[in-house]
Amino acid sequence: MKVRIKFAKTKAAKYIGHLDTMRFFQKAVRRAGIDVVYSRGFNPHQVMSFAAPLGLGLSGHGEYFDLEINEPEADRDTVAAELAKRLNKEMCGGFLIVAAKPLAEGAKNAMASVAAAAYTVKISEEAGLPIDWMSQFEKFMNRQEMIYHKVTKKGEREIDLRPLIYKTGYSTDNSGNTSLSLLLDASSANSIKPQFVIEAFFDYIGQQLPEYALSISREDIYANTGTAEKPNFVTLLDYI
Amino acid sequence: MNLALSEKTLMQVDKPARYIGNEVGSIIKEKSKVAIRFALCFPDLYEIGMSNLGIQILYGLLNSYDDVWCERVFSPQHDLEQIMREQKIPLFSLESQESISQFDFLGITIQYEMCYSNILQILDLAGITLLAKDRREDEPLIIGGGPCCYNPEPLVDFFDLIYIGEGEVMLRELMDKYQANRENGGSREDFLYEAAMLAGVYVPRFYEVEYHEDHTIAARRLLRAGVPMQVKKVACPDLTDTFYPTKPIVPFIQTTHDRGVLEIMRGCPRKCRFCQAGHVYGKKRERKAEDLVVIAEEILKNTGYDEIGLSSLSSSDYSQLKELTDALMDRLGQTRTNISLPSLRIDSISLDIMKKVQDVRKSSLTFAPEAGSQRLREVIGKGLTEETILTGARAAFSSGWRRVKLYFMLGLPTEQEEDILAIGDLANKITAEYYDTVPKSERLGKVEIGVSTSFFVPKPFTPLQWAGQATVEEFREKANLTRQGIASQLNQKSIKYSWHETNESILEAAMARGDRRLGAVILWAYQNGARFDAWGEHQNPAIWEAAFKAIFAENRLDIAFFATRERSPDEILPWDFIDCGVSKDYLLAQRPNR
Repeated sequence: MKVRIKFAKTKAAKYIGHLDTMRFFQKAVRRAGIDVVYSRGFNPHQVMSFAAPLGLGLSGHGEYFDLEINEPEADRDTVAAELAKRLNKEMCGGFLIVAAKPLAEGAKNAMASVAAAAYTVKISEEAGLPIDWMSQFEKFMNRQEMIYHKVTKKGEREIDLRPLIYKTGYSTDNSGNTSLSLLLDASSANSIKPQFVIEAFFDYIGQQLPEYALSISREDIYANTGTAEKPNFVTLLDYI
Repeated sequence: MNLALSEKTLMQVDKPARYIGNEVGSIIKEKSKVAIRFALCFPDLYEIGMSNLGIQILYGLLNSYDDVWCERVFSPQHDLEQIMREQKIPLFSLESQESISQFDFLGITIQYEMCYSNILQILDLAGITLLAKDRREDEPLIIGGGPCCYNPEPLVDFFDLIYIGEGEVMLRELMDKYQANRENGGSREDFLYEAAMLAGVYVPRFYEVEYHEDHTIAARRLLRAGVPMQVKKVACPDLTDTFYPTKPIVPFIQTTHDRGVLEIMRGCPRKCRFCQAGHVYGKKRERKAEDLVVIAEEILKNTGYDEIGLSSLSSSDYSQLKELTDALMDRLGQTRTNISLPSLRIDSISLDIMKKVQDVRKSSLTFAPEAGSQRLREVIGKGLTEETILTGARAAFSSGWRRVKLYFMLGLPTEQEEDILAIGDLANKITAEYYDTVPKSERLGKVEIGVSTSFFVPKPFTPLQWAGQATVEEFREKANLTRQGIASQLNQKSIKYSWHETNESILEAAMARGDRRLGAVILWAYQNGARFDAWGEHQNPAIWEAAFKAIFAENRLDIAFFATRERSPDEILPWDFIDCGVSKDYLLAQRPNR
């Protein structure tokens, strides 16, 4: 039986890389005494697969992995809920289990299901945004095309970001700071990072985005139950 | 717990998870409810320090005391050091993320001589006065411990106390003395005087050393009446009921060893003449196999590790090795846990054990003949004969092994050319043994022999403590000769030779047997940029060369006096005041004839 686990990775855990995050969960599963399935072969490992690696320094509130456990006798929903509870006792440093649900037979795995991700981006004062940046951002979003030069190991590539941005919005925190909300393509073919959009925006307003000026949080990860033209996004926790 | 470093800083530095604490097993206490705050430091990078069992033992032990909160601190890497200096961020502990300068104690484990410059970096970044004599009443007490404390003299300028021996014995009493002194309104000096009365505790400021004109030590004098002339090492007579860290801290990032550690015994019954650990750690004390199995299960349950490693100075001498590995296999077999063995002396018993717990195809065998010829092996008291090595290799090859590692030392006392050339001969004979033992059809590949040499560093409290170290030039020649010796062998293509650079060994030798006058050299080197001398890429021999010149040029003293000079048996050695359980007479008797 496979269980989809939704977790948060915040505070100190932000600074733990993806490989170390996987090692952390492997150990947590062992500490929790979960009856996990191991792969066959010379180097058996837990059958555990993560939806999408989260970059170092980003916090995540809706991160996912699927875990295969040996078929239980009890009710599957109860087993998943119990698993979440036990695993949560093993969390520390800003890791938290949010929920766990059983995956239906034949359901797509977490990684293959990823279509989009929602982000909140806080731009620090050091970046020197103009006071009317929101209206400028609206204009920026109204353009037909949004060319971004992505620098990769192999060189530079042009991407049109516009069709890969599904939704934008704003939120204001208690201290009156406004953050940007972005729903972006996160599929394996077209995934873009929130930094790309912000860089393109700074380019548009003729400013240079300073290094380390963004504080980014990934709020949730979505699958698409609609079509490419008319997408319908549901969180991975509901796509089971 | 708020992190001491800002988001921006953490994003700028390599491996930020080194500095965030919060790991499984790390301990948070309420600071208003503890009387004593103790910062435990391993003066190297996080991933090195966190692989050290001693740190885990002391951390668990001190935190088992309700009135003490022990936290950890490690050396920040260069990138962070620079930011801390620019932004005046004081060095902080991982648990509370609070400044080290607020602590009652800063305990530094001193594991190798090459970390001495890092110790000053720690003090400096913490904002603690470098010289102990100038420290204010409200600064933390700096206490040193660990293997290098069997000759702490080069470091005494920087330490208020040195703890000699095993922490389990006297740390509680030391904490009590501290607490009592505080309640009585006593000064720093009052506490140090009280502490100096405890066995295992050395307070350097109460002693002074005088030198002859030839720079050797003339006398040691007490500066405070009542403190002991001889400082006695303390050790647990028996390990059965000692504290064991069954809830060790599990690092988030990959450290040198990603596994639980089972310390099966302390001490070593073999007294190889070059080996300091074998002499200073006292008699062999074993933990019972049945206790170890319980400890192993607890560690695995508490950490989630999928591997447990046995640890000791000489695991083949652990009398219940087979019982222990059998019991571990039996109890852990169903839990997908690997058992990792330390290098064992190769014989049929150990091969049996190794075959059971590890994958023969992947693992390699280790022999440490230390010297190429039988004559030289006898000089250094390494009772491993060529016949034993070849028999062991033969048995291993027929069981499927094909990788062998051989460790040797160059520059041992009385070493001649033929001793060095014998290294190649021995490696070749082992190679030939493979082709003789394993029929062509059964060979899974070429035999691979790795020969590795290090340069001999004479250490205090060994029968070789009087020996002079070879010079850099001599070491280079010896390494070249070793390479030539290997290259002339029939099977040279199967033998790979590697060796370490020489500068480190010379500095290590000077520090290992140095005296109080080296404090000024260490300070000068640190202030001129020496850091992380144990890390090849950071080594800067020119700084140290300049440091020795700057401090000693006037008195015609140099690094050779400390490293390459042979000591006379009647010389007062800087560490003679320590009683670590082996007498100077015994060591002299064991000293090889020249």
